[in-house]
Amino acid sequence: MTQPAQTDLITVTIDGREIAVPKGTNMIEAARLLGIDIPHYCYHPKLSVAGNCRMCLVEMGMLAFDPATKQPVMDPASGKQKVNWMPKPVIACFTNAAPGLHIRTNTPLVRECREGVMEFLLINHPLDCPICDQAGECKLQEQATAYGRGYSRFIEQKNVKPKRTLLGPRVMLDDERCVLCSRCIRFSKEVAKDDVLGFVDRGSYSTLTCYPGRRLENNYSLNTVDICPVGALTSVDFRFKMRVWFLKQTPSIDTESSVGVNTTVWSREGVIYRITPRRNDAVNDTWMPDSGRELYKQVRAENRLTAALAAGQSATLDAALAAAAELLKSAASAVAVVGSGRSSVDEQFLTRKLAAALKAPAWIVGRAGEGDGILLSTDRNPNTRGALVTGLIKALPGPQLGELAAAIDAGKVTTVLAVNEDLAAAGLTAAQLAKVRVIYLGTHANATSAAAQVVLPALTVFEKSGAFINQQFRLQKFVTAVPGPAGVSDDLATLARLLVAVGGPKLGETATTLWPALAAEIPALASVSFAGIPDEGLPLDSKPWAGLRFGEGASLHFQPAAAT
Amino acid sequence: MNLKPETLQRIDEVITHYPVKRSAVLPLLHLVQEEQGYISREAIEWIAAKLELQPINVYEVVTFYPMFRQHPVGRRHIKVCRTLSCALNGGYRTCEEFEKEFATQRGAISPDGEVTIEFVECLASCGSGPAVMIDDDLHEKVDCAKARALAAQIKAEAAARTK
Ligand code: SF4
Ligand code: FES
Ligand code: FES
Repeated sequence: MTQPAQTDLITVTIDGREIAVPKGTNMIEAARLLGIDIPHYCYHPKLSVAGNCRMCLVEMGMLAFDPATKQPVMDPASGKQKVNWMPKPVIACFTNAAPGLHIRTNTPLVRECREGVMEFLLINHPLDCPICDQAGECKLQEQATAYGRGYSRFIEQKNVKPKRTLLGPRVMLDDERCVLCSRCIRFSKEVAKDDVLGFVDRGSYSTLTCYPGRRLENNYSLNTVDICPVGALTSVDFRFKMRVWFLKQTPSIDTESSVGVNTTVWSREGVIYRITPRRNDAVNDTWMPDSGRELYKQVRAENRLTAALAAGQSATLDAALAAAAELLKSAASAVAVVGSGRSSVDEQFLTRKLAAALKAPAWIVGRAGEGDGILLSTDRNPNTRGALVTGLIKALPGPQLGELAAAIDAGKVTTVLAVNEDLAAAGLTAAQLAKVRVIYLGTHANATSAAAQVVLPALTVFEKSGAFINQQFRLQKFVTAVPGPAGVSDDLATLARLLVAVGGPKLGETATTLWPALAAEIPALASVSFAGIPDEGLPLDSKPWAGLRFGEGASLHFQPAAAT
Repeated sequence: MNLKPETLQRIDEVITHYPVKRSAVLPLLHLVQEEQGYISREAIEWIAAKLELQPINVYEVVTFYPMFRQHPVGRRHIKVCRTLSCALNGGYRTCEEFEKEFATQRGAISPDGEVTIEFVECLASCGSGPAVMIDDDLHEKVDCAKARALAAQIKAEAAARTK
């Protein structure tokens, strides 16, 4: 990030403290920089400003100048330039930095405004926090604590509105809780480009609705649940499962595509309950696809591999590793390695080391999908660039393992080490699979694990730490959210031990201990340590790969190289 | 959507009055309601497409204003004022009288298809209540007797038409 030039900075005064902010910064953001919270509902940093909730009212003033002489008017008492305060409050979200702007957020008037807005918001609110999923992360709750009266003066009948409207397959609406902030409407229109939500009727009868006959079913619909400041929109999947304050938050990365959406994994006692986006203004803003939120379900899937197998029998990991090493060594130079664009940078590095120790060619499996122009790219591997950077591959992968298939047919390859890739799905026929001996390291059972002589169970992205390199060549790390199944060792440990067993060097078995080797060997990662990868990721120099024709089209915060 | 050529022409013309097409939502709704008597779902979608909007944008406007009807009405639309001045002068009785005359209830189409009666907010003729509007015509001081007379007139016109 380059610092904005000094001339672009404007100094404003908030509660008597000065701060220089870039031109166009609104007062909610400016106050945030000073650690001052201006309560708000409708404002969202990544959406247009609607200014309809009025919760952010503040007092505003401008430095006084004499209209005739244009000279500053001084205040004799303080010796400073006078400030002309406006009699009426203004909304902070729609007040942008201007030279000499003064804001007060802590006066009796501001407090009264907040209390007034809260009182009106609460008159028709059902106050059903004990059964509301938003409790614990509800702005209305928080603001009611700070600015609520504590008792209600409203003796009339509350409005009754629909309590359980399924807006789409994943989003449930409780209209009585809605504070009409219109964030969800603006999100659908501006970000998801699916303008189906709106308010019908008027006044206190205003009701959030989906256009009759349409559904909120785009692949970004759950972001409305994240940004709804209250419990009006809830996730069908997460609803009533767990209180949010019990959940541990772990930073992670969405593995769906090379966009590398930053996520937070919410878990309790080793069980994941939901995945939400983690703000990264250079990658995904505050959004993520619905499809990525479902991925935690693979952790406890029926077909999860939880024990090592050797020759069809369950075995200890040591025995399975020994059997694998035996197979690999006995195959002499007829081994091939299939690595994965879904493996982390560290795993790919070890995979490359394995291929080198075995003098085996290595491929990864390309995974193409449709790009949606938002946060899903055409490259459905999260870490194709990692395979390039670590030197596991030199060229971009194809979707099929054609060369490997030919080598098997020609009898040149008799043993395949497959890391997290289903060879059948990547185009090998059952006959070809039957012709070779397979060592499979993977998370879930599939045709390859069924055909394999040795199966080594692996961890999902939620159970291990590592890093991916996204389409922007941004190195982003994920860390362990929940422990893996009992008896399944970390993929890095499994790979490192297999490497030693086939006669390779002894390398670190965890991300932290392995990274020094990566940093030493890979120029692009020189001077990077695992712990040193910042939360927002680390942009790498992509020049060495500028000649490759990557397939991704434009998406949020990404322009393909050719188009720039 | 089956709109008369004149209506279509007026629609195309009125759109040109505005800097952005979106602003023409209200006039278009009025024109369509004038011709069709109410705003159907089909009309909402047609107007949205015409103005390059999404149907929800038009639907919001239709539900915001009570003057737009989402259901067909009888041949004549009788609006009886229910607000304070008229209510004090017997607006409720007037409304009931109309309901009796046409054997119907407010909001519904009368069995003969002739009228829809609605009990509405202030018609801005508070000094001469009960105020009643039948289509575009204002009728003042409509007590029960006058309501019966107006009903008789409507029925007579209907009879004349069907002859
Ligand atoms: S449902 Fe939530 S996000 Fe949408 S308008 Fe209501 S309060 Fe705002
Ligand atoms: S946040 Fe400013 S008006 Fe809602
Ligand atoms: S009160 Fe009836 S017209 Fe105003």
